[in-house]
Order: sequence, then C-alpha cells, then structure tokens
Amino acid sequence: MIPVYRWELLKLLAQKRTYLGLGVSMAVPLIFTFVLIFKTGGPNDIPLGRYIRETGLALPFVVLFFMSIWAFPLITSLVAGDIVAAESHNGTLKTILTRSRNRGEIYAAKVAAAFTYTAVVVLAMGSVAVTAASIEWGFNPLTSLSGTTVSAGHGLGLLAASLAIYAWPMAAIAAFGLFLSTVTRNSAAAVVGTLMWALFMQLLGVLPGTESIRPYLLATQFEAWHGFLRTPADWAPVVRALWVCALYVSIPVFAGYLVFVRRDVAGE
Amino acid sequence: MSGAPPVTARALVKRYGAITAVDHVDLTVERGDVFGYLGPNGAGKTTSLRMLLGLIRPTEGSAELFGRDPAEAGARALDGVAGFVEGPRFYPYLSGRKNLRLLADLDGGRAASRIEEVLDVVDLRDRAKDRVGGYSHGMRQRLGIASSLLRAPQLLLLDEPTTGLDPAGMRDMRELVKRLASEGITILLSSHILAEVEELCNRVAIIRSGRIIYEGLLDELLQSAAGGYRLRASDPERARAVLLARGVEGVQLLDGELQFQADAATVEAATIALGAAGIGITALVPLTATLEELFLGMTEEEAA
Ligand SMILES: Nc1ncnc2c1ncn2[C@@H]1O[C@H](COP(=O)(O)OP(=O)(O)OP(=O)(O)O)[C@@H](O)[C@H]1O
Ligand SMILES: [Mg+2]
Repeated sequence: MIPVYRWELLKLLAQKRTYLGLGVSMAVPLIFTFVLIFKTGGPNDIPLGRYIRETGLALPFVVLFFMSIWAFPLITSLVAGDIVAAESHNGTLKTILTRSRNRGEIYAAKVAAAFTYTAVVVLAMGSVAVTAASIEWGFNPLTSLSGTTVSAGHGLGLLAASLAIYAWPMAAIAAFGLFLSTVTRNSAAAVVGTLMWALFMQLLGVLPGTESIRPYLLATQFEAWHGFLRTPADWAPVVRALWVCALYVSIPVFAGYLVFVRRDVAGE
Repeated sequence: MSGAPPVTARALVKRYGAITAVDHVDLTVERGDVFGYLGPNGAGKTTSLRMLLGLIRPTEGSAELFGRDPAEAGARALDGVAGFVEGPRFYPYLSGRKNLRLLADLDGGRAASRIEEVLDVVDLRDRAKDRVGGYSHGMRQRLGIASSLLRAPQLLLLDEPTTGLDPAGMRDMRELVKRLASEGITILLSSHILAEVEELCNRVAIIRSGRIIYEGLLDELLQSAAGGYRLRASDPERARAVLLARGVEGVQLLDGELQFQADAATVEAATIALGAAGIGITALVPLTATLEELFLGMTEEEAA
C-alpha cells in the first residue's frame, strides 16, 4: 500500500493540474490581501470579516468562506476527477493492473492521494493567508465570533483546527470526484460533474423549504469551524460535520470501489 | 509453482452486447512453447489476452495461468506472468526509467534491482532519462518488453509485439523473442502475420470471429498452406509451356510473371527443364500464404 500511495503522490507532483490547483489556492489569499491594502471597506457582513485589518488571523477564515462556494470545489475536482480517468485516457490502467497489486489496493492509494491533495490545498491557503495578512496587519489577538478576545497563539490553534474540520467537506467533494472519475472514465466530465454537484449542494442550502435538512447538507459543513470560534467552543456543529461528512465521503468512495474492482479494462 | 500448464482456457466466452468477441475458446500452452495466436483484425486475439491478464471478466468459461484464475485470484494469478495487450502504455510525463521504477515498486520483490539490466536488454538505456511522451512507437514497444521483463516472468503474453515497428525493429523484436524463448520463458504471442509466427513459434492456434478454427503444430499448418510460387523468366510464354508439360497445373501469367502451385519435387524438376530449354530464370520465389489465403483454403476445405 505505501509504495502505491507514494507513486500516486509522485504522479500528482508530475502533473500541471496539481500545481494549477495549488497555485490558485495560494494566489487567492494574496489577491485578497492586495485588494484590501489598496481599497477601503471590507467583507463586513461575513464572519470575522470586520476584523480583517486588525489581525492577520482573520483573513484565512474570510477566504475559507469565499472559496467554499466554487473555487475549492473546482480545485479539488480538478485533481480528484482526473485521478482515475487520466489513467483510462492514457491507457495506463491496464499497465498498473497487470502488476502484483490488487485493484482494491490501487483504488485505495488513489483515494488516499486525492484526500492528501485536498488537505494540502486547504493547508496551503491557510498558511499563505495567515502569513501574508500578518505581514500587513500584524499577528494580533483575534476577536472570536462570541466577541471575546483570543490571543494570537490561541487563534492560530483555532485556525489549525478550523482548517482540519474544513478539509472534511472538501474530502466529500474529492470522494464524489473520484467516483465520477471511475464511472465516467472521462476527466472533463468528472471535473464538470463534480463542480455541478458541489454547486447544487450549495443551492440546496439556500433554497426555501430546506431548513429542516440544512444541518445535514454538505454546504453547512463548510461552516462547522464556526464552532471553534465561539467561547466556549460549540462542539455540536463540529461533531455533526464529522459524521455527516463521513457519509458523504464513504458512500461515493465505496460505490467507486465496487465499480473499479469489477469493471472491464478494455482499450484503456 | 505447481505443475499446471502456463495457460489453459476452457470454453472461454466474451460477449459485448450482440457481438461475441470470443466464442468458446479452448487453449493450452505448455511449458517452453512459443505459441502463436493467429487471427485477422477483430478475430478476438486481444480480447482473449485481456481475459488471461484479468483485465476483463469472461462472460462464460474460465482461464488459468499456472492453475490460477485471474478472475478469482486477482493479482496473485499473475505471479510469474507478464505481458501487455495492444500497445504498451506508460505515463507520458514520467521518464522511461521512472515508469519502470513505478512498475517495479508495484511488483515489489527484486524487480527494482533489474531496471538497468532490462533497459540494456531492450537497448533503451541512453533514452531512459527522457519523458515517455517523447518516445517513438518502437521505443514504447521496447519499454513494454522491458517492463514485462522486470517481473522475471516464466510466461510472457505479447499482443502483436511487432505491429508498427520498422523492419529493423521487427527483426530486433523477433530476435529478442527467440532469445527469451531460449532462456526457457514460455511465450504466447498474438499476430496476424503468418511469416512472423512461422519464424518464432512451434505451436499455433488460429482464431476467426472468436472461434478457434485450428490448433496444433506449426509444421502441420504450413503443409496445408504452402506450395505457391512466383517465377520470373526470360521468356514467360515458353516457360509456361514447359511448366505445363511438366505437369504443373494452374499456371497463370500475370504482369509478365508466372504463378503456380506445385510441391517441392515438381519445382526442382521444372527448373531443370527450364534450364534445358534455354530459358533463364531471374527469380523463383515461394509465396508465403497470407493469413487470409490460409483461411480461404480452410473454409474451402470445410465446404468441400
Ligand atoms: N470493449 C469492447 N466493446 C465492444 N466490442 C469490443 C470491445 N473489445 C473488443 N470488441 C469487439 O470484439 C471483437 C474482437 O476484438 P479484438 O480486439 O479482440 O480483436 P483482435 O483479434 O485483437 O483484432 P486486431 O488484430 O485488430 O487487434 C471485435 O469485433 C471488436 O469490435
Ligand atoms: Mg488486437
């Protein structure tokens, strides 16, 4: 398993789209920083947006909000939607499936690599955001969502926890991308399909009449980190995000697995 | 490894909708065989090999490699087995050597220690650091062989390995196949070129429209196929008369060349007679039967 996973990562590192996604996730917070330097006003109506010029710790949270709508889903699906389909397209699936590894092992390695990429992208955005913003506005204490002041060090810990929980719904998008990648065998179809699905999930969350199911929608899980930013911490949305996302992750991953281990690999 | 034969297929069937790509194929490849799997385009050669390699599932029947069914045993069934179907494919953005490293890691064991050695065997060491995306067809084909040899196989499954190669490439590939066979590797090789199979194989199966229409020793097959000649002589009209007088039947004059069917003894006698008649021979070429002619011959036999 370890060598298979390692090679999945090396393959990602050898492809342009990986850097495209990673580059965008690091460029967005930089663009935010520049715009905020040269313009007055700010994203005052979104969580922590008001404090954006008070401490560098606020920016990553603001970018998390903005990128959850389509930028992060796009970046994730760009790689996850390609990870199986590219092998179909290159015809390399038959090459790796005629070595000494079972299909389940290859699939598991691909799942792990797609999740790793997703986590790295979120982490990269957070790190660049906090670094750039702190250079401009200082690494100062952060005002929490409850209005209390948390020290900069503690704020950094909260940011790390927030990025970690935010990676879960991202993983759900990656899982769906992987599933489509396996089923469609077509990279473009899988990337677009995953993006549409992610947008549809967002749409569900704002439609009237969905209030009762809203806590269980994927879009809601992108806000689970709010729980960490309250005093005292509100664990309910965090715990819910953990199990809800576990479902959103495991169902497509398992469905993709069933398809992958059974399917005919002919002409690909 | 057990005493089971390298390849056995029993009533193997693969259907794609209304198309029966492989129709109740039985095959046995014994240890040490260089087995030719002959058939025209679309006959079902690649589909058969895909089932052997576990890439696709048979609709019916079973295939075993050294007694293990790839549809059941998964990758374990491929222990000691290597090969590829259609053109071998690699990651275009990785170098040849990196591709081999990747595959060696998937194989585990000592495969990685063989990389330089197999690159030498296929003469790719100079280009191993270049991205496969820039390789020619022939180089990819050779890399395919190299990647198969990494597994130190006892059975090699090759799907039309010389297709698309230039004459030198074809010769090199055939030499390599011969060399590997002489090292004791059992080889199953698909092809639609009879001459190639003739040069390499001891046993053959012929498949057409998914069905095996002949399985047996190559020599027996050739006897049923041989016997055509092309003759270029200084005076074709007179040469024709001499041949006819010698009992050669069905002599045709096409574009100044004579074509006829005869056994070896008759041809010997005919050439002496031509010489005696003062007719010079500029060329006497045995016609190797094409696969198509062979099939036509076989179906005509069936119909008779
Ligand atoms: N994945 C597939 N889907 C549908 N039909 C297929 C598929 N693979 C093969 N076939 C059909 O099965 C038949 C046999 O094809 P196959 O590729 O095995 O022939 P082949 O003997 O390898 O031919 P060639 O010499 O052209 O390589 C053909 O009619 C082909 O169209
Ligand atoms: Mg073929």
